[in-house]
Amino acid sequence: MNTPYYQSQDLKKFKNISDWSPELGKKFFDYYNSVFEESALSAREKSLIALAVAHTVQCPYCIDAYTQDGLERGVDKEEMMEAVHVATAIRGGASLVHGVQMMEVYEKRSM
Amino acid sequence: MATKSLKGRVHDLADSSTQLEFLSNGIFAPGGLPSFKEKLNTVQAEALKPKSLEILQMNLGYMCNQVCAHCHVDAGPDRKEMMSRATLEHCLQILKTTPVTTLDLTGGAPEMHPDFRWFVSEAAKIGVEDFIVRSNLTILRANKKYYDLPHFFKDHHIHVVSSLPFYKKDKTDRQRGEGVFSQSIQALVELNKVGYGKADSGLQLDLVYNPSGAFLPADQLALENDFKKALKKEYDIDFNQLFTITNLPISRFLEYLIASENYEDYMQRLVEAFNPAAVANVMCNNTLSVGWDGYLYDCDFNQMLDLKVASPVQHIKDFDLDQLQTREICVSQHCYGCTAGAGSSCQGSVA
Repeated sequence: MNTPYYQSQDLKKFKNISDWSPELGKKFFDYYNSVFEESALSAREKSLIALAVAHTVQCPYCIDAYTQDGLERGVDKEEMMEAVHVATAIRGGASLVHGVQMMEVYEKRSM
Repeated sequence: MATKSLKGRVHDLADSSTQLEFLSNGIFAPGGLPSFKEKLNTVQAEALKPKSLEILQMNLGYMCNQVCAHCHVDAGPDRKEMMSRATLEHCLQILKTTPVTTLDLTGGAPEMHPDFRWFVSEAAKIGVEDFIVRSNLTILRANKKYYDLPHFFKDHHIHVVSSLPFYKKDKTDRQRGEGVFSQSIQALVELNKVGYGKADSGLQLDLVYNPSGAFLPADQLALENDFKKALKKEYDIDFNQLFTITNLPISRFLEYLIASENYEDYMQRLVEAFNPAAVANVMCNNTLSVGWDGYLYDCDFNQMLDLKVASPVQHIKDFDLDQLQTREICVSQHCYGCTAGAGSSCQGSVA
């Protein structure tokens, strides 16, 4: 039987992580909740950053969670897509900037 | 998007008993998610009881110029139900003889009722602390005969509560119909012109936000700030408060949830977000809802599910406040919508 590695219902079980390590689990979730509180950045801005990072780390749970979180916060599809493109630009740029290294090696080894 | 009501389409869900059956089975069948009554028992031993009556909400009828995808009333141009003059007069009598402080007119589009202006004038004479008309906005621009309504509202010191699901066109039109956003903006401009929403005018203009899909509303104040900023910048529109209202899983929103395969996730989300603090402030505590046909309900949602008050007094012609106050409030699984997260009521979040 084929069972996918990722299952959407596992997102709801995230808190169970604390079962096997309550102290670290609590520290993590306390920290996590503090990070997303309204502060110098609004909770809405943080939600968009989270959505972009979710695409960079390609976490399906995070993409699910922060698309819904964005909908609830009144983030529209244009804003979400722009956030994904920011992630893509940085991720793509991170590859592309290594082209400088390739060019330098190429030039050094070539006559 | 459908252009007719569920009733007009002869849809199964037009029947309230079909909706109630649906809400009691499936994921709420024994062994599944707890019923609302069971959940209530985990936080309070007693059933929900009314506190003193403050709000009389009257549904003048189901006729509306719009056919919104999420409408819990199943309103539309094809609905002909209208409150009779006799029932309107009974309501005026209640205003005179009870401690009701808020009168809340809803529909459909209440402005389409042929006796709307007569009733508003009569009720205003009696004097109500807070006299609300729930306007869908587009009706104010739908026909020349409605163009003077902003002035009429002002003359009777009406508190206007208007639906505007979002401050951008796309989301609004997808939920409420093509062209609704631009007409709503025009209507808001007209309301602003007579002073509504302007500082120190004393003319209250509040907007209602409800999510355009299968998700809950976020923090009311944060959304209000976004709405204010966007409407001011783009259209120079002012308003007072934003009320966030959760979509309850009944009628056309239930139809949408089922058709889009969001029903189970949405209900689970509502149950998980159950907030005991919201229970203490649910609107059925201090509200009585009058249907177009004069029957009494704990709220407008119960009205649409035909859950009449659990009292020997069921019709406005037999109105007896003391007897009504001893009733238990009727609940079903749709009530999870009012207790999720920050709670939801016709006046926005409650917790």
